[in-house]
Amino acid sequence: MIDISGVSYAIGKAQILKDVSLHIPCGQITALIGPNGAGKSTLLNLMSGQEPLQTGTVSVDALHIGQTRPRDLALKMAVVAQHVGVASRLRVRDLISFGRWPHNQGRPTAADHTMIAQALDRFDLNALADRFLDEVSGGQRQRAFVAMAYAQDTDWLLLDEPLNNLDLRHASRLMAELHRLAREQDKSIVIVLHDLNYAVAWADHVVAMKNGALAFEGATQKVTNAENLSALYDTDVRLVQTEDEVFVAHHR
Amino acid sequence: MPDRWFLILLGALVAASALFLTWGLSTRIWFILELRLVKLAGLITVGIAVGIATMLFQTLSGNRILTPAIMGFDALFLLVQTSLVFFIGGFGFVQLPGPVVFGINTAVMMVAAVTLFGALLHNNRRDIQLMILVGVIFGLLFRSLTSFMQRLIDPSEFAIVQGTMFAQFGGINRVELLTSVCLLLPLLVWIWRQCPVLDTMALGRDPARSLGVPYDGLQFRLLCAIAALVSIATALVGPITFLGLLVSSLTYSLMRSHRHALLLPTSAAMAALILVFGQTVFEQVLDLQSTLSIVIEFAGGLLFLFLLARGKLQ
Repeated sequence: MIDISGVSYAIGKAQILKDVSLHIPCGQITALIGPNGAGKSTLLNLMSGQEPLQTGTVSVDALHIGQTRPRDLALKMAVVAQHVGVASRLRVRDLISFGRWPHNQGRPTAADHTMIAQALDRFDLNALADRFLDEVSGGQRQRAFVAMAYAQDTDWLLLDEPLNNLDLRHASRLMAELHRLAREQDKSIVIVLHDLNYAVAWADHVVAMKNGALAFEGATQKVTNAENLSALYDTDVRLVQTEDEVFVAHHR
Repeated sequence: MPDRWFLILLGALVAASALFLTWGLSTRIWFILELRLVKLAGLITVGIAVGIATMLFQTLSGNRILTPAIMGFDALFLLVQTSLVFFIGGFGFVQLPGPVVFGINTAVMMVAAVTLFGALLHNNRRDIQLMILVGVIFGLLFRSLTSFMQRLIDPSEFAIVQGTMFAQFGGINRVELLTSVCLLLPLLVWIWRQCPVLDTMALGRDPARSLGVPYDGLQFRLLCAIAALVSIATALVGPITFLGLLVSSLTYSLMRSHRHALLLPTSAAMAALILVFGQTVFEQVLDLQSTLSIVIEFAGGLLFLFLLARGKLQ
């Protein structure tokens, strides 16, 4: 469980987060939704220890962010950031093998190679394994970064808008893969999403942020209703129920 | 497994060194050999220091166009050296034994480099245009302050500064060389052990941190190492702005690898080869009609403009 309590965050005079407290459950997919500038990414960065905490505390299972050794934290959670650029000339396979760093500190073992092969397989990257990162498309690069986080093989996986740049097929495959990880390997996944349809379809738990504060949170079926979502985005949002699926309609 | 290109470079370096030592050797063999050996050792030391400092800095700054020299590191070294003469006086400066002067220089240089460039790298890693601009301004500032102080001190002290400042490839001081090598060897051992973690750091600060690399602490130590390497090179032969850039872009285009265990030795060998081969050609073929540093600056400067124009600012 990730336990966030009393977290506030300011950059200069701008208050990004205002006294946020919540629990994120284990073994599930938690979607972090909300309008632009709601503080979703900041909250994610604070959870992963990428930004130092200003006030409040965050703990992941038993580890307190800010008091845990970086390596222990890296064995507990993997992070996929939003804008990732890499300066050095890396092949896709090399990038994924960096996911094993917290385990092997640069001395790969047979187990590491198995894990890397698995990551290539799962995220449909075998054909690209020996291409350089600056020679593949944005979406392919994005998938390589997710595969790297997968190879890190941690209990927690934090992803900041991983569906950006992905085409329909790869976006739904990625979500299905994350779903499988949560179900089969009991991984806990926190994911910032903009497309509400993916959130409604795949997330078990939803955390909605607005203006740096918690708007609502809870099990997906319970809290994602037209009223909540309309208020969250200040826009008319309808939920359309078909036989076995729910769609979020907001396009007109 | 050593890389093919690295072995070729190493072979070329050995050949160039042999050529440098033996070309036109006829009379007073031992006397000349001894002189040349000192010079050769100096050139190789400078090559290793410049090659490795450049690679390390490019890994930290996350791009392939900025080098310590372009960012004003060696101008900073000259400033430190001049301020030493300025504050303790030319007489005191001459009284101090060589290694002590070198040690003080390096220590002050480390503190200054970490303070200035640490903060800069922390906030502006992504903004390469800004970094180049700051580098140019730093360089200018350091040089202006240096010449300002040189104007204030009296002429005899100025002569002392000048003597230490513009040691060229021709005359390498033996005491300085010995001190440099003694500092260089442990540094190289330490840097070599950091190779795997350097690969990870090249991903950038946030990704490296999320993999559990204590990035900020390492960056601090690496900046210290870079400052020491630049001190070694600058103390021995004076500032050479574009050698590092020349070496790093050649290395990257040869190696096409991200592994520092390959990149660092290759760039060191490449820099040493350019210096030794260049110096041989200048001494034997061109009869010292020009200086090596001018040609390196010319070729390197052209390359810098070319890289800028091609927009290869990554």
